Amino acid sequence: MNSRSLQTAIIFLVVGGIFVLALGGFFGSASRQFDSALIEVQTYIASRFLGIQDFFTAPRDIVSLRNRNADLETQVSQLQAQVIELQQLTSETERLAALVDFASSKAENTYKAAAVIGRDPSPFLHYIIINRGSNSKIRRGMPVVTNQGLVGRVDAVIADAARVQLITDPASAVNSILQNADTNAMTLGSVTGDVSLDLISQDVSVESGDLVLTSGLGGGYPSDIIIGQVVTVRRLEFELFQQATLQPAVDFSRLSIVLVITNFRSVDISPLEPLPLP
Amino acid sequence: MRNLVAFPLLGLAIILQSSVVSQIKLLSGYADLPLIMLASWALQERVKSAWHWAILGCAMLAFVSSMPWPVLVIGYLGVIFMAQILQKRVWQAPLLAMFSVTFIGTLFTHFVAFIVLLVLGTPLAFGDVAGSITLPSLLLNMLFSIPVYAFMRDLARWVYPVEEFE
Repeated sequence: MNSRSLQTAIIFLVVGGIFVLALGGFFGSASRQFDSALIEVQTYIASRFLGIQDFFTAPRDIVSLRNRNADLETQVSQLQAQVIELQQLTSETERLAALVDFASSKAENTYKAAAVIGRDPSPFLHYIIINRGSNSKIRRGMPVVTNQGLVGRVDAVIADAARVQLITDPASAVNSILQNADTNAMTLGSVTGDVSLDLISQDVSVESGDLVLTSGLGGGYPSDIIIGQVVTVRRLEFELFQQATLQPAVDFSRLSIVLVITNFRSVDISPLEPLPLP
Repeated sequence: MRNLVAFPLLGLAIILQSSVVSQIKLLSGYADLPLIMLASWALQERVKSAWHWAILGCAMLAFVSSMPWPVLVIGYLGVIFMAQILQKRVWQAPLLAMFSVTFIGTLFTHFVAFIVLLVLGTPLAFGDVAGSITLPSLLLNMLFSIPVYAFMRDLARWVYPVEEFE
């Protein structure tokens, strides 16, 4: 063994001995100070490294997050569209089910369902246009209803569409009966869409909430179709008749599907009406 | 030949009027899209076919509406007449002319409708008609008149190109 090898062996033994002594806890406070300094240095380097790593990796994450967010937003909008579509289908199904219930409860009538596709272009008139016409055996004068009550009467027909005069039209007049008072009256429309009851005898007592039905008189409408409820009554001693305002049973602003009673033919009583004296 | 665009355009206007515009209500009134279109068409300087368009519009509306046809004919042809008079006198301020025609035309058509319906036996109260129908319709017609005028001006340039006119 030459002197160089001997020197190296001695150094290894000394250093190894110091490690062994340090591990055995023989150096005490000196060892702890060294450890803490080492840990501080490592902490400093580690924290700086993490910062640098974030600096380089974060932009990539934002891009991927943005893509992911866009994908999710697309999915959300698709799902929202599906939800709206399903809600529409549900409400339409509910309306149709109600109409079917109504039709089956009045088995003596035959009905043809029709969708409302438009309204009269003039604000003076209250008419709707439905997507059934003479091809579906719709004829002029047929009553139109929903499960809620009376809508109006077919006024004009072409092959695949028909125009319906609503009971809110100012020219509309429906012979009616007050269910509680058991008396006849006349339901009239108005230019503002309000419905009123006129020609009520002064002898009868009319209350708010009384139900108004079609009487069937005159042959224009079948009897016992709900028109609405009395809201307010105007009774003046010096007038021949009482008047009342009505809340129609049908919401005319939200009409979408109606039923045409196809087995009812209105009667034209105009030849029976007395002619005016010359 | 390009004037034939009146058929699909007026047809579309009446469909929109019946299905969309009539749902945009202010009280009981709503805008009259065919009236505004015809008025703005008649106000265009190069247009020579305003009367034809008006008659076509009346025919189409009479088919859809239950309004008696004399109301449509008197009302719409009256509006064209007013528009052509104003177009010659207020030609330097077309938007002013458009507002004037819309204002007077709406009042005129509603007045004609009111009188004719009254004569035919429809019970109408003047106060209800003026307050609930005519004034709200007037406001909506004025609002609609600006975009419709811009559209019809562009259409007039397409139907009557400058080269063909000169």
